[in-house]
Amino acid sequence: MSTKQNTSLFNQKLLVQAAIASFIKLNPLTLIKNPVIFMVGIGSVLTTLTVISGLFSGNFSSFNFQIAIWLWFTVLFANFSEAIAEGRGKAQAESLRKNRTQTLARRLVGNREETVSALELRKGDVVICEAGDVIPSDGEVVEGIASVDESAITGESAPVIRESGGDRSAVTGGTKVISDRILIKITSEPGDTFIDRMIALVEGAKRQKTPNEIALSILLSGLSIIFLLAVVTLPAYFGYSLTASGLPSSQNLTIPVLIALLVCLIPTTIGGLLSAIGISGMDRLLQRNVIATSGRAVEAAGDVDVLLLDKTGTITLGNRMATEFFPSDGVRIADMAHAAQLASLSDETPEGRSIVVLAKAKFGWRGHDIHQRNAVFIPFTAQTKMSGVDLTDVKGTVRQIRKGSAEAIRSFVQNSNGFFPKKMEEKVAELARMGATPLVVAEDNQVLGIIQLKDIVKGGIKQRFAQLRTMGIRTVMITGDNALTAAAIAAEAGVDDFMAEATPEDKLRRIREEQANGHLVGMIGDGTNDAPALAQADIGIAMNSGTQAAREAGNMVDLDSNPTKLIEVVEVGKQLLMTRGALTTFSIANDVAKYFAIIPAIAISLYAGKDGIGPLSALNVMHLGSSESAILSAVIFNALVIILLVPLALKGVRYKPMSANNALMQNLLIYGLGGIIAPFVGIKIIDVVINLFA
Amino acid sequence: MENLEVLQVILFFAFLIGLTPLLGNYMSKVFSGEKHLLLPVFGWSEKLIYKVASVNPDEETNWKTYTFSLLIFNALGLVMVFSLQLIQSVLPLNPAQLSNVSWHSALNTAISFMTNTNWQGYSGETTLSYFVQMIGLTVQNFVSAATGIAVLLVLIKGISRRSSATLGNFWVDLTRSTLYVLLPLSIVFSIVLVGQGVVQNLNIYETAQTLQGAEQVIPMGPAASQIAIKQLGTNGGGFFNANSAHPFENPTPFSNFLEMLAILLVPAALTYTYGKMVGSVRQGWTIFSVMLILLLVGLGISLYAEYATNPVFGQLSSMEGKETRFGITNSVLWSTSTTAASNGSVNAMHDSLSPLSGMVAMINIVLGEVIFGGVGAGLYGMIIFVILTVFIAGLMVGRSPEYLGKRVEAFEVQMAILAVLAPSMVILLFTALASVTNAGVSSLNNAGPHGFSEIFYAYSSAAGNNGSAFAGLNANTTFYNLTLGLGMLIGRFGVIIPVLAIAGNMAGKKITPASAGTFHTDNWLFAGLLIATILIVGGLTFFPALSFGPIIEHLLMNKGITF
Repeated sequence: MSTKQNTSLFNQKLLVQAAIASFIKLNPLTLIKNPVIFMVGIGSVLTTLTVISGLFSGNFSSFNFQIAIWLWFTVLFANFSEAIAEGRGKAQAESLRKNRTQTLARRLVGNREETVSALELRKGDVVICEAGDVIPSDGEVVEGIASVDESAITGESAPVIRESGGDRSAVTGGTKVISDRILIKITSEPGDTFIDRMIALVEGAKRQKTPNEIALSILLSGLSIIFLLAVVTLPAYFGYSLTASGLPSSQNLTIPVLIALLVCLIPTTIGGLLSAIGISGMDRLLQRNVIATSGRAVEAAGDVDVLLLDKTGTITLGNRMATEFFPSDGVRIADMAHAAQLASLSDETPEGRSIVVLAKAKFGWRGHDIHQRNAVFIPFTAQTKMSGVDLTDVKGTVRQIRKGSAEAIRSFVQNSNGFFPKKMEEKVAELARMGATPLVVAEDNQVLGIIQLKDIVKGGIKQRFAQLRTMGIRTVMITGDNALTAAAIAAEAGVDDFMAEATPEDKLRRIREEQANGHLVGMIGDGTNDAPALAQADIGIAMNSGTQAAREAGNMVDLDSNPTKLIEVVEVGKQLLMTRGALTTFSIANDVAKYFAIIPAIAISLYAGKDGIGPLSALNVMHLGSSESAILSAVIFNALVIILLVPLALKGVRYKPMSANNALMQNLLIYGLGGIIAPFVGIKIIDVVINLFA
Repeated sequence: MENLEVLQVILFFAFLIGLTPLLGNYMSKVFSGEKHLLLPVFGWSEKLIYKVASVNPDEETNWKTYTFSLLIFNALGLVMVFSLQLIQSVLPLNPAQLSNVSWHSALNTAISFMTNTNWQGYSGETTLSYFVQMIGLTVQNFVSAATGIAVLLVLIKGISRRSSATLGNFWVDLTRSTLYVLLPLSIVFSIVLVGQGVVQNLNIYETAQTLQGAEQVIPMGPAASQIAIKQLGTNGGGFFNANSAHPFENPTPFSNFLEMLAILLVPAALTYTYGKMVGSVRQGWTIFSVMLILLLVGLGISLYAEYATNPVFGQLSSMEGKETRFGITNSVLWSTSTTAASNGSVNAMHDSLSPLSGMVAMINIVLGEVIFGGVGAGLYGMIIFVILTVFIAGLMVGRSPEYLGKRVEAFEVQMAILAVLAPSMVILLFTALASVTNAGVSSLNNAGPHGFSEIFYAYSSAAGNNGSAFAGLNANTTFYNLTLGLGMLIGRFGVIIPVLAIAGNMAGKKITPASAGTFHTDNWLFAGLLIATILIVGGLTFFPALSFGPIIEHLLMNKGITF
């Protein structure tokens, strides 16, 4: 994971940049995008003006001055949280970009080859890349096959195969050809490659508010208006009470005090952190090497409740593996296994290798025994569907050992006047029915037995699906296998549903059906024929190894091309929404304590007896030192809590897969109850500190 | 409290809980157009009404047309009640020969009855003729309650329908709720009330000789028929000025019990209807539980405050402003129910309640009249809070918020906030205006925080469409008649229109099936959350105002200072 290098939460350079940016963001045109913080900004200006006018009229108020300072800090802290999130996104993107060096390209003009800078390449140009060349830009392989090192963008060191035609034809600029020679047709203009565009998105240059963010902003603005009403009407109530207490109306509440109360009540915590939470959601995906084309997509990921998962690579290991030997009557299993191993030595396919491994694991047979004999290997070909070996012993008799599909072996033994035993026929049919692939081993005209090849379900995947179920997410396995095979694997892996013999059209139809029933569907795909389904799905993750069409159709790209990524993406989406909800709850719950700090402080003189202490001081449950220190403590707490919660906004709340009810319970305890209690403690501590210095 | 009083409170809630599913189930049948008990009895008249009014009952409209019909209908009601009062001296059935009502009082009363507030700046027996009471006010008592039910029905359809553009027909909803629910209940109830001694005649006022030899005029009138719907339709506008403290309106302990039950009956039963119609009775019971808990907490505080030893007089419990016939428990049970349910009828003077129980009455109102609340109105107001709760807390389960499978998005949040904002704005701004202007303060009979409470209560009562008065405030002035009238309008339609808009928008959405990942809205956890949201949103908005009114008054009372 090469992009992980810059993810330490705060480094000094980032902090300095963010600090500078928080001042630049004081520009009212920027600030107004965040109505809650904009309101604080106006309050800061008004309070500052009050302080200045006090300065000129000769009654400078140090209290007002301190309020003004902390109000400005509130705005700056909110700006800072956004700036640091953006900075981390940029750093992340930078590290992606850095790997893409300024390369030279070998452009093909007619039959002539010319060397140009990669920057000069235009869409439609054809370039040659050979072993050792860096691919100059995004493109499609139009001729040849090559292994390509994509570690520059994916961090994965194992090279991947790229070939013309089919689903593995897309290549990415900045990756390196390590074998063979390919012709690449360039598919993007310079600076506008697929990755370039996605990086731009991540950097926040084109960041737009997501639907949920808009709804939340409306809620926060609405609450702010309600609190604004509560605060602007306060001088009237206060004035009435002053008159009733026989106090002069000149003792009415001052503008700085009213603004302090307003700022404490409006949801500045979530208001200040909202965009940081959104940006860092995309950022967390990037750390997992997934690039989302929009914040909207990340949000939708949290809502997905049906996942379409390809069997191969996601649920099972890539290839089928030998799991058991079934010898014919009268054949010892060890002999049969030995023969199977011999016949598979020349079979370089993963299936073939798995037979060698199984024989070795079960009976300790080792391939090197073969070198002592006189052996001629018959490699596996698509035509014969068999592999094997001819062994000549000292007497000159030749043993022909073969392994292959039932049809191939039947004709092989029948050619030597042998026969395919009825019992073995039945076994072959039975294994096929159970979803396994039977391969038959024969020596000369005798069938020795059957090797069972099966899909191996990935370790831990069953638990994963169980977790998803508790989260309310249904998993559907997609496979080209027949229904029986599919059912067997589905049962073993614990998926909720499966689609057998699925064509791309089936997938698309299934997605539409699920959506019509109100579900949100996530899928991951790579092929061109996956593109319609990827586009239709609510979350379509294209593997980076896939075709350009697939990548354009999806709303996320997985640079690692790892199909289990879908599950992680869903978790990031959920965590993002949870963080937003938790901090909103926290922010609103905070207000209770602030009222208990400020109302008794401002109303102390009302209806007071001779001691000057009015009845409302009974509400001063925190026993704050003085009226001024109480108000100041509330304002300071309000500002500090923003900066203290920045790490939480960036990292997201702790997330474990669990049911909605448990998640709610846990978050309510921490952020709801905690949100009520924390400010009582915090304000008290700040008040004690202030009074120490007063 | 004596044992019998405790028993009576228990009986009261037992009846309330028992009747909720019975009436609720019946109403759900009526409103979904299924076969029901009274269809054979009144079915013909429903058809006749549609025929006369040339309404096609099968024709459904979208929310905008629905809103338009509702507003037009209510506006006509307003004009009607307003004009009747202005010309009542030439109208029949005016044995007391009452003169025409002043334009601002008439306007206030017209708005008041049309909006189901039933705030009364006038006193019935000396202001309005029998004709105006019957044709003007009683009609509005029915249709304003039916309007509330209609709005609720639209919201139910918006939530439960899948991708639908239409939401029913206003005229059908109005007719059915009047004909099959409010009218039969009222007929039965008024007959029982007459049996208990409530007057029901068109006689001229009687003149009696008191024991001291003085002459006393005893007002008469068709009271029982109006009182039945006044209680059942959460209207609350008394036939007589003393409302249900008057012996002709509420003569016996039994009538008192029934009238109290009638306050909460329909709003409570509607929660069951709601659950039934959205497809999960549990949803209805959860909301019912939230309402009941809030009511019981308020009742507990009020009872405690009324029975507590008054530090000024040193006497146990205070009977000032209460009917000796009913005593403290029945007065407090009534005052809590009537403010919770947006009814506004009284059997004791709220002005004389101790500061804390006065505050409970205020809180019941300013929380948005959602603790059972007005007929229909309480529940749709509660669902606004449900939507806000779902939106804030729903995020914490890691999904975009949804309620009963419907996404809660920007539009719903915007409308929900508007619905919360409209009455809050009325209360906060008008209270501020009245407490600093001479026009406002000069109407006060009490000084200090108690005077402030009187103003605050008046505007809360108007904005919450409650209609009860703290009294002690002469509200029959041009200033109060107009500001309170405006407050009632904003408090009513500032909520109704956003609710209808939410319904219209939600109807068009798909329904996501529930799963383990869904935020559940039918369990105790959610009930707790909903209570917290209501208390925090309401509390934060009104805490300063309450501090300067009842809280300060309570604290001062403990120091021996009263106002």
